[in-house]
Amino acid sequence: MIELDDVRKAFNQGRPNELWAVRGVSLNLPLKGLHVLKGPSGSGKTTLLAMIGCLSRPTAGRIRLDGRLISNLPERFMTEVRRATFGFVFQQFNLIRGLSVLDNVMLPAYPLAPDAGELRRRALALLGRFGIAARAAHKAEWLSGGEAQRAAVCRAMINDPRILIADEPTANLDSQRSQELLAVLGELVAMGKTVLVSSHDPLVFESAGVSHVVELHDGRLLGGGSC
Amino acid sequence: MTAFVRRQRYLLEYSLSAMARRPGKHLALLLVYTLIVFLLASVMLFTHSLQRETRLVLAGSPELIVQRLVAGRHELIPAGHLERIAGIRGVRAAKGRLWGYFYDPAVRANYTLLVPPDDAPAAGEIQIGAALARIRGLALGDYLSLRGASGEPFAWRVAGLIESDSELVSADLVLMGEADFRRFFAIAPGLYTDLVLSVRNPREVLTVAEKVSLALPDSRPILREEILRTYDAVFGWRQGVVFVLLVGAILAFAIFAWDRASGLSGEERREIGILKAIGWETADVLRMKLWEGAVLSLTAFLLGYLLAYLHVFYASAALFEPVLKGWAVLYPAFNPVPFVDGLQVATLFFFTVFPYTAATLVPIWSAAITDPDSVMR
Repeated sequence: MIELDDVRKAFNQGRPNELWAVRGVSLNLPLKGLHVLKGPSGSGKTTLLAMIGCLSRPTAGRIRLDGRLISNLPERFMTEVRRATFGFVFQQFNLIRGLSVLDNVMLPAYPLAPDAGELRRRALALLGRFGIAARAAHKAEWLSGGEAQRAAVCRAMINDPRILIADEPTANLDSQRSQELLAVLGELVAMGKTVLVSSHDPLVFESAGVSHVVELHDGRLLGGGSC
Repeated sequence: MTAFVRRQRYLLEYSLSAMARRPGKHLALLLVYTLIVFLLASVMLFTHSLQRETRLVLAGSPELIVQRLVAGRHELIPAGHLERIAGIRGVRAAKGRLWGYFYDPAVRANYTLLVPPDDAPAAGEIQIGAALARIRGLALGDYLSLRGASGEPFAWRVAGLIESDSELVSADLVLMGEADFRRFFAIAPGLYTDLVLSVRNPREVLTVAEKVSLALPDSRPILREEILRTYDAVFGWRQGVVFVLLVGAILAFAIFAWDRASGLSGEERREIGILKAIGWETADVLRMKLWEGAVLSLTAFLLGYLLAYLHVFYASAALFEPVLKGWAVLYPAFNPVPFVDGLQVATLFFFTVFPYTAATLVPIWSAAITDPDSVMR
């Protein structure tokens, strides 16, 4: 279970340009299924996902994962939780230009120092599962939008995380590619992973595979906070 | 392979690929870095070679030289002094030397004229150093004509070219017979330029020198060690001057390195943000950047040192000759024996790698602490 207790997040706190992106969100999300945070731009979806994924800390409030407090850990432990528990698919894909697709996929595993052969096999298996094995040796910038998205999913899965976080994953895709991505996410759910997605795309939050939709507006929840 | 070694290997591989992806930036840095190491290493290798060469040369020189002084100036010494010195306990042998300088206006150079103690050339013949032969275009059998002290010209046949381990001493040398020397400089028989002594027990040199001072109050004894110290000081001073000049270059390099490292492009910062977001710790990013710096430093150091080695030992240190060899017009063909000194390499490593690492560490650290959520915004 992911538990959020009165979570708030301010940027530039104490300065004239102070902005409260999240204003007291309390929410419980079970560790199964595909959950969507929906809301317009600036509603706080991405900020909330970043805090759940240990990319940033809340200004106030608590976040627990399976009962363990993860919102106030020192950077090193936060990184360990992030690396072991979460995989990220970013809106802009954020693959590293100049590196091959295979190298990009293996990158999150480097600090864990697995056996090189084993890591390569794992990465190639993921690329095969998501249908881009033929692109393994290509540079990341040569990929089409859909291929880059799938490469980003492979990279997010390389350390076999329990939870996949995808921020506006369909923002740069046409509807056909978006459907394909939803199929991929559904496949991950079928594998037992939890998928958290932020989106304001109806194609996503109206999709049949979605377990629960949480709506945000101006940093606050609309409706109930438990699934 | 342990996890630690594997992790370092992954980080190193990533660093190398990151460098290969930005060849322009890294090549420029490598070029400037190599140039700095090359300059510093050249100065160090060259001055140390000169000092070594001097030591080699002076190893065969007399332990004690006695010169006569008149009003504090070097004066010719009478042969009578030899007998008084020979009577001093501890002196094995004492000989008079004849040598002097001659300024040749034709080539605007000073020659050293010397009467060798053994195998002196026959009357009317000379042996000359290689640099002198080069500058005057002389070969065996040619004649060298110089104006003597009395104004009359003297001509000698070149009977030999001096072969020496070090051209530093023989470059401007003219060896001739005693009679020719005395006639040329108009030095009366019974007078010498100075006296050289050999001492039975090397540890008694200082005591013998004191006894000489007492026995001949108008003379000064000069120890071989004193000459060595003077040479060391002179070369050390020259090296210091060049180093001071190079400090500016080192500072400029540190600023350049700082600028390069701190001026991380938006893409590099974004890349660091991505790495942190996908699970790299700040320490991993720092290690990766340090590997990048280490690869760059070591490559520049090895390249720079190798080029300096070739420059000094195989190209006669063409860049530094005028500064470090002094005022001599007759440049010797300086081919020192190649050598590598561990302490010297370590010193150079410290003075080049340390400033670079120090200059780049802070900017790298400031980039490495980029918030991982920056890539989400």
